[in-house]
Order: sequence, then structure tokens, then C-alpha cells
Amino acid sequence: MTRETDPHRTATLSVRVWRGGGEGAYAVYDVPRRPSQTVLDVVTHIQRRIDPTLAYRYACRVGMCGSCAMTVNGRARWTCRTHVEAVAADDALTIGPLAHLPVIRDLVTDMREFFDKWARAKGQFAPTATRREEFARIVPESEARRAADAAIECIGCGICYASCDVVAWNRAYLGPAALNRAWTLHNDPRDGARTERLAAIAGDAGCHACHTHQSCTERCPKKLAPTASIAGLKREVARAVLAGELV
Amino acid sequence: MSAARTQSFLWLAQRASAAVLAVCVVVHLATMIIAVRGGLTAAEILARTRGSVAWAAFYGVFVLAVAIHVPIGIRTVVAEMRGGHSRGVDGIALAFGVVLVVLGTRAIIAVTGA
Repeated sequence: MTRETDPHRTATLSVRVWRGGGEGAYAVYDVPRRPSQTVLDVVTHIQRRIDPTLAYRYACRVGMCGSCAMTVNGRARWTCRTHVEAVAADDALTIGPLAHLPVIRDLVTDMREFFDKWARAKGQFAPTATRREEFARIVPESEARRAADAAIECIGCGICYASCDVVAWNRAYLGPAALNRAWTLHNDPRDGARTERLAAIAGDAGCHACHTHQSCTERCPKKLAPTASIAGLKREVARAVLAGELV
Repeated sequence: MSAARTQSFLWLAQRASAAVLAVCVVVHLATMIIAVRGGLTAAEILARTRGSVAWAAFYGVFVLAVAIHVPIGIRTVVAEMRGGHSRGVDGIALAFGVVLVVLGTRAIIAVTGA
């Protein structure tokens, strides 16, 4: 009987967990292995049974809130939906904070820079109507609605941001999530700030910095394609520049 | 002109020059292979290219496309190595472009000059 199918096995996971802030080190913990165990279960076990000072974030545990992302065996993942058996080769796990963000403590990163860049990319809806107007009619089959639909389920977990090489090389780069958000709003015909948004996301810190490595698309736990959104923004910026809309 | 607009134009220029380069490189490689396989000597090749307005125009376009395309890429590479964009980075890219124009023009004159 293989290890994976033996329900009675009592194997132990050897888990290396980052402890400290920007300066720190990995500490090793032994955690009992259980059926259907997630990486978040492992971290929770350490905090509740071994060392209550371990800092980490989570909320919903079902892949909706986007708060439990960590680096697991070198890759950014949503830990609540990552099963140990899918990632723990040789019963070993290395769990660290997300890359490209300042570490506050242990597995908790400072997400301010990540969300500030959403604001810089004009990631807010700019309404053009009031409650006194009729409802806007958006045809579900329209090209714009389908483009927005494809990108709209982002949970803001930061996995794309932590996986993007350009974020590491160009600190001003807005990153895949902020640009993906801008793309959904650009495809909303009710929005009144589309030209301003294109100006905000064009250039060296915006969509033109993307090298199309597609790490964001490969690792997005929601299976979104920020790379496609960024390509769409490049096309729209080119159109706006040639049409003289971007001054 | 805003920085975003300038940088968007740079991106467009790099894409457009890449399209020109795709054609130029194919013509250049095909010509080289045909000339070498045909057994032409350097002197025989120069006899055909010297004084040729067509070859001078072709390689003129080639060098121009290179001089547009490469510095824009260098600008990004250097900026990423230094952690961000700056005027210094733009200066390095511009200097690289000038060097390419000078070297390319010298080569065109050597091959197609009468």
C-alpha cells in the first residue's frame, strides 16, 4: 500500500517556517500528517499546538478572501486550498512569506504597496450616473462584458505580484493584479475615467513594463490571465495614443 | 507630452521596428547564404554592392530599424538592472543608439560606397 492511500499512516511532516521579519531564519517543526490536510492546516497546527507566537494571516479558509497566500516550497500559493500531498515531496515543506513585499513578522507581509498600486492604477470605479438614472444595460454577450468577466474574479491574494519577476526588477511597476483590475474597469461602459486610467497605467511603471513571462497567469489560484489583461491594456493604450486621446 | 505618452510611443516604435527587422533579417540571411553557397568571393560580392542604390537603401533601413529597436530594449534592460528608470538610463540608451548609427553607417559606406 502506498503512503498516499494508507488512511492509518502516522507520518510526520518536517516543516521549515520563516521566523522573524526581513532578517530572520527558518525554524523546523514536526507536524503530524493527516488526510486531506492543507498547508494552512499545517501552519495552524504549529501555531495552536507548538508555538503560539507564530504570526500568519487567514480568514475564510475556502479560497474566497485571498489572505492566506504564502511561499510554499518556493512557489506562491493559496495555502487554504493547497493540499499537503500535492506539494510535500518527501514529507518536507518550506513555508515562507510572500516574495516582493516587506515582511512584518513570520508569514505576514505588509500589503500596503500592493494595494497602493491598485489605487495608482485607478482601480476604483468612476460612476457616470446617479441613482435617479435608469439602470445601465450591459449586454452579457458583448465583447467588453466578456473581457471584464474573464478578469473579474480576482481575490487580491498577491500571488501574481509575488510571482512576477518584473516586480522584483522594477520597483515602480504596478504589477499584474493592479493592471488586471484596471482592465476590468476599462471594459465597463458605465465607467467615466477610462482615458485617465489608460494614462495612469501606460509607460515604464505600467503595462509596457510587462515582459509576458506569464508567471502571474501560471500561478493565479483563480485561473485568471493577468497577462492577457495587460496585453489588452497595451492594445488600448496604443489605440488611444494614435487617436490622440492620451496627451 | 506626458511621460506616459512618450513611453507609449517608445513601445510602439519598438514594435514597428521589430516588424521591419523581421523582414530585413530574413533578406540579409538569405542573401548571405545564397552568396556563400554560390561561391562568390568577397571581391565579387563588393563588385555587386558598390554603387548600388538598392543595397544602400536596404541596409539604410536595416540600420535605422536596429538603431530604433535596440536602444529601447537596452533602456529597459539597464533600468531593470539598476532597479528603476532614470535620466542616466535614458542617456546610456541614447548613446548606444548613436554608436549603432555610426557603426552601421560606416558598414553601409564600406559595402555600398562607390
